[in-house]
Amino acid sequence: MNKKLLSLVLVAALAMSLLAGCGSKEEPKTTTAAAADTTAAAADNETEAPADTTAAAGDETTAAAAGGNTTGETIRVGYAQVGHESDWRTANTKNYQDVFSADNGYELSFVDCDNDNAAQLEAVRGFIQQELDYIVIAPIETAGWDTVLQEAQDAGIPVIIADREIDAPDTLYDAWVGTNTKNEGITAANWLAEYLDGKEANILVIEGSVGASATLGRTEGFNEVAAEHSEWKILDSQSGDFTQAGGQEVMESFIKSYEGQFNVVVCQNDNEAYGAMDAMKAANITYGVDGDVIIISFDATHDGLQYTLDGAINCNVECNPIQAGVVEEVIQAMAAGSDYEKTTLVNDEAFVAPGITSEYATTMTEDILAGRAY
Amino acid sequence: MSNLKKLTKMRLFLPIFSMILVMAINVVYDVASGNAPFNFFTISLNNGVLYGRLIDVLNRGSEVAILAVGMTLVVSASAGTDISVGSVMSLTGGMCCMLLAGYGVTNVSEYAMPLWVGIGAGILVACACGLFNGFLVAYMNIQPMVATLILWSAGRAIGLLLCNSQIVYVRVPSFQVIGSYVGPVPTPILIAAAVVAIAALVLRFTALGTYIQSVGINKKASRIAGLSSAKIILLCYVICGLCAGIAGTVATARIYSADTNNIGLNMELDAILSVALGGNSLGGGKFNLAGSIIGAYTIQAITTTLYALGVSSAQAPVFKAIVVILIVVIQAEPVKEFFKKRAAKKAVEGGVQA
Repeated sequence: MNKKLLSLVLVAALAMSLLAGCGSKEEPKTTTAAAADTTAAAADNETEAPADTTAAAGDETTAAAAGGNTTGETIRVGYAQVGHESDWRTANTKNYQDVFSADNGYELSFVDCDNDNAAQLEAVRGFIQQELDYIVIAPIETAGWDTVLQEAQDAGIPVIIADREIDAPDTLYDAWVGTNTKNEGITAANWLAEYLDGKEANILVIEGSVGASATLGRTEGFNEVAAEHSEWKILDSQSGDFTQAGGQEVMESFIKSYEGQFNVVVCQNDNEAYGAMDAMKAANITYGVDGDVIIISFDATHDGLQYTLDGAINCNVECNPIQAGVVEEVIQAMAAGSDYEKTTLVNDEAFVAPGITSEYATTMTEDILAGRAY
Repeated sequence: MSNLKKLTKMRLFLPIFSMILVMAINVVYDVASGNAPFNFFTISLNNGVLYGRLIDVLNRGSEVAILAVGMTLVVSASAGTDISVGSVMSLTGGMCCMLLAGYGVTNVSEYAMPLWVGIGAGILVACACGLFNGFLVAYMNIQPMVATLILWSAGRAIGLLLCNSQIVYVRVPSFQVIGSYVGPVPTPILIAAAVVAIAALVLRFTALGTYIQSVGINKKASRIAGLSSAKIILLCYVICGLCAGIAGTVATARIYSADTNNIGLNMELDAILSVALGGNSLGGGKFNLAGSIIGAYTIQAITTTLYALGVSSAQAPVFKAIVVILIVVIQAEPVKEFFKKRAAKKAVEGGVQA
């Protein structure tokens, strides 16, 4: 009995000392953070006008060379990245590292969560414990964020959700920056309207996987614009499962069902476009810039853009991974205490084959392809 | 009347009947929409190659037909299914393209190694997978589904590793030929025909078919009768692996790339379904290879029909399910019994009246 009591006391003492240790370690940090805040605020009052102009400049060039930190203090930013599952993701990571570099006046705590939801929650809690100035999250899962976001709010750290949507009350986070697949569909359709210039369009759509968010968004956006054009007709729409084999099989069938009736094929990713092109080649249907059929594709992968450069794909709309510049603008606006948009859409770029010029898209050149990060 | 009866008594009657029923949907649709009634069955020469929906069915159904050959034997001998075939297809493609392109390279227009080495190694790996599955089932007495579950999950992962998680393109015409055309005929059709023909000849002119069925009906009795049951089961799994390898090579050559994430995805289910649609019992024993092959093309005919009808991709799986349920129910024993009894009753009544 005595022994038990003794051990309990010891454990309690240990715990107390640990807590005290934590407290003493944390205290100076909070004070410096507060100090940094006040100095930042002071600096902002003086440099509000320049901050605004850099933000505007950043708007045009969302690339790595955006404004930089104008507060004069190092801003500590935590970024909980999804993982490194694709070239797209790698390009996104590199973009953040470039924009939030030490040269630009930032200290970036980057965590690659490797598609592990629990690891990501831990990473965000880590950021809160480190008392970073801003937290950026590219959420792996849409749900389950309420608790940790509340913790961040209680700690007074602004949270910016990047890239994907989350399922949480928007009072729990401060801003959202990302792309919208619906906008990609709208861009593609706008380009088509401009290119056709009032001519008739008989459109076949090779959708992505049934129910995928990219499929839904791209379809919705494209159809929205298509509905405004009475001279457009969507003949058929089938799923090619985002694969080359799927695109080929669907296109083979389309060719038989709508022989000589279509002049536009919309493929919801590049792989489907490769398959569709093979199917048309076998049936002796010409496509691309010099052909009878206009091909629109999405994703703008390296291979896809090569086809665009070669004139086989007329227009290729990308899902832009270069988002850090916009996030930085939001952070700068927050630091300056000025108004900022709660949700900001990153502009998706579109690329068109050489020989086409468009207000919605960039004309492909060898240099653009060589300069692509992914 | 007696001719009709003879026809309906034939083993292949129901599978063929089902396939014709599926295709008949197209005739109804074409008539209703004012096309030529036999639009679906028209075959023409377009751009120097055979062209038509029927060709699409034969062409696109090739992989499942090849898989069905191996699956039929596995089902018969071991009363279980090999669910790893789809993954093994992907692994074959990954191995083949990795060798042809070189490790880590994603896009080549020249072979890094002779074509036969790439294809040979791919198919060899598939056979090794079959050997592994067969060993677990025949000698370790592990249930087939559990044994093949290992490669079901690991096969695709190994394929991804071989390709460094990327899609490896081999853009060489002599490789693409395997998935496109020889003269006017799609190559996959020829390959599937060759596989089916060889399997049919071997089963017909050797005792292997009888051995397999005997092991499937009663493993112990067969062993007592002098058959090495384990060896025969092992052989069936190796043949199944070989078929998966051939199907994987065809699927890879079609898109001249190793899309390891997608090649053969869910195809093991189509292969099992085609065995069932062919009127084979999944409980092992007697088998009917021709039925399985017809089953494979029936599945593809459903898919192609849904495309032709323009059924939206969100609704297509429901239609597919309805058709499959109908076909399976038509072939179910109680339904057959019911029709037999009714026919007998009528015959008796007819006899009384006469």
